[in-house]
Amino acid sequence: MNEFQDRRTIQEIVLNAGTVAIVGLSASELRASNFVGYYLQRHGYRVIPVNPNEERVLGEQVYPSLREVPQHIDVVDVFREPAAVPDLAREAVEVGAGALWLQFGVISPEGMEIARDGGLAVVMDRCLKVEHARLLGRMHWMGFDTGVIAGSRS
Amino acid sequence: MDEAPRDFGFNTRAVHAGQRPDPYTGASATPIYQTAGFVFEDTESASAYFNLQEYGNVYSRIMNPTVAAFEERLANLEGGVGAVAFASGLAAQAALFFALLEPGDRIAVAKALYGGSTAQLNHLARKLQITLDWVDMDDPDGWRRAVTPETKALFAETIANPGGNVLDISLAAAVAHEVGAPLVVDNTFATPYLCRPLEFGADLIVHSATKFLAGNGTTIAGAVVDSGTFDWSNGRFPSIAEPSTAYHGLKFHETFGVYGLLMKLRSETLRDFGAVLAPFNAFLLLLGMESLAVRMDRHVANALAVAEWLRGRAGVGAVRHPALADSPYRPLVERYLPGGAGSVFSFDLESGREGGRRFIEALSLWSHLANVGDTKSLVIHPASTTHRQLSDEELVASGVAPGTVRLSVGLEDVDDLVWDLERGLRAARGSAVTA
Repeated sequence: MNEFQDRRTIQEIVLNAGTVAIVGLSASELRASNFVGYYLQRHGYRVIPVNPNEERVLGEQVYPSLREVPQHIDVVDVFREPAAVPDLAREAVEVGAGALWLQFGVISPEGMEIARDGGLAVVMDRCLKVEHARLLGRMHWMGFDTGVIAGSRS
Repeated sequence: MDEAPRDFGFNTRAVHAGQRPDPYTGASATPIYQTAGFVFEDTESASAYFNLQEYGNVYSRIMNPTVAAFEERLANLEGGVGAVAFASGLAAQAALFFALLEPGDRIAVAKALYGGSTAQLNHLARKLQITLDWVDMDDPDGWRRAVTPETKALFAETIANPGGNVLDISLAAAVAHEVGAPLVVDNTFATPYLCRPLEFGADLIVHSATKFLAGNGTTIAGAVVDSGTFDWSNGRFPSIAEPSTAYHGLKFHETFGVYGLLMKLRSETLRDFGAVLAPFNAFLLLLGMESLAVRMDRHVANALAVAEWLRGRAGVGAVRHPALADSPYRPLVERYLPGGAGSVFSFDLESGREGGRRFIEALSLWSHLANVGDTKSLVIHPASTTHRQLSDEELVASGVAPGTVRLSVGLEDVDDLVWDLERGLRAARGSAVTA
């Protein structure tokens, strides 16, 4: 666990975000990005696909880059190779996004520093779907450790 | 969200992890969801559950909320990302190796192993074209000599049954990771209260939850716990990293990341093996685990007291308890098992096979029984039971002497336990028993 996997930061993003731009969202139903986008839509998030190679994914208009997205983005969720992250982080700062989230295996300390210095909340090498399911959802139905310890009803 | 999330202690987590008050009724104990199936909300949800796009209950052969509470509690206590429960420890082990291995693969296995595991692995090797490379776990170079480019896993017990050998976990993990293979540790005898092998570099844990986790000898159960840290996409594990033919081309590791192996183990291997843990058995395990720390402290203290009492008694040869001051495993116990080395150990009667039979017959408090890790004290004489078909020479070759007796020390008063053992020792020496 490091500064880019802070549990409180993760909670604040998952609980407060409304609009999630997924960079690298694939149209293939077998790709992890599609799993995550589909899941986030089911749970009430507005998903904005960012991918220069697609036009519509999960029923949504696709934008070629973050700069073209016409509305405010709460979370930039990245499914790209780590080398692409520093430029994406600069774009995320430029468009005034609230947070930069790098999925499992997308590891770029340089990108995270750019985003953090630009005032964004940052999470790296974690899955947004998994963290939602851990905090609000049904991950405990699959035998995964949610870390939730409580004896009260709320 | 003003407060930082708290890191709760072991006892708190043993009581609460995996379980929350029932949101409908407020029931404090985990409800026993005794149901085969679960009604879908709508067709969209149903297909999302089958496609694994959404976590949802489908059918109790794959998942069940009572079983999931047990799985999460065990994963939490071991420090893993999750667990999959099975109908028994051997079912968990078979399923894990079935998920990991391909025909032609090799696994390096400690020779000091539960006999049931040895038999199972030999059986799997014959049927699945797997090669077993047997390792002397006490030899510091043993693991390194056994691994080959085809080795896909290293496997040993934290505390071996019945020899009491203690695994040098960090050493075995280092060798495993040099060849890109996971270290799989059977942590049944230690439980996560006495040792958490994942903290020392092990990648996967298997349990017979029948023993100390259940605690009262009520339930057959097993589980696999995953650390979530092994790189299944290192090119050596196509069944986890490459598109799965058993799940419409899904790449489990890419799609589910650290949860990939467990998703595969549940949605493919458990689904196809069908060796599922029953909800009622999971409920008994949850009850047992609430008191794990308290019970283990007493088990450890009682076993050490009995071992020390046995040492030097007339008619008693070697006493193989790894925490005894003169045990060769003492340095490993201090490193890996500072809270104690469990409560199962063996000792030798000098009166051999016949003495062992007289010893068992003279006992009235200890139960003659083929299990361990019960609140009740249990005893077995391998040469007249589990190893009965072997000659004296074959017995010695398998690491068991004709007079070897295995004890699983329970929670009774130590004075009563040694009173009964004294009666057994007198009978073994050939004297009349005077109770």
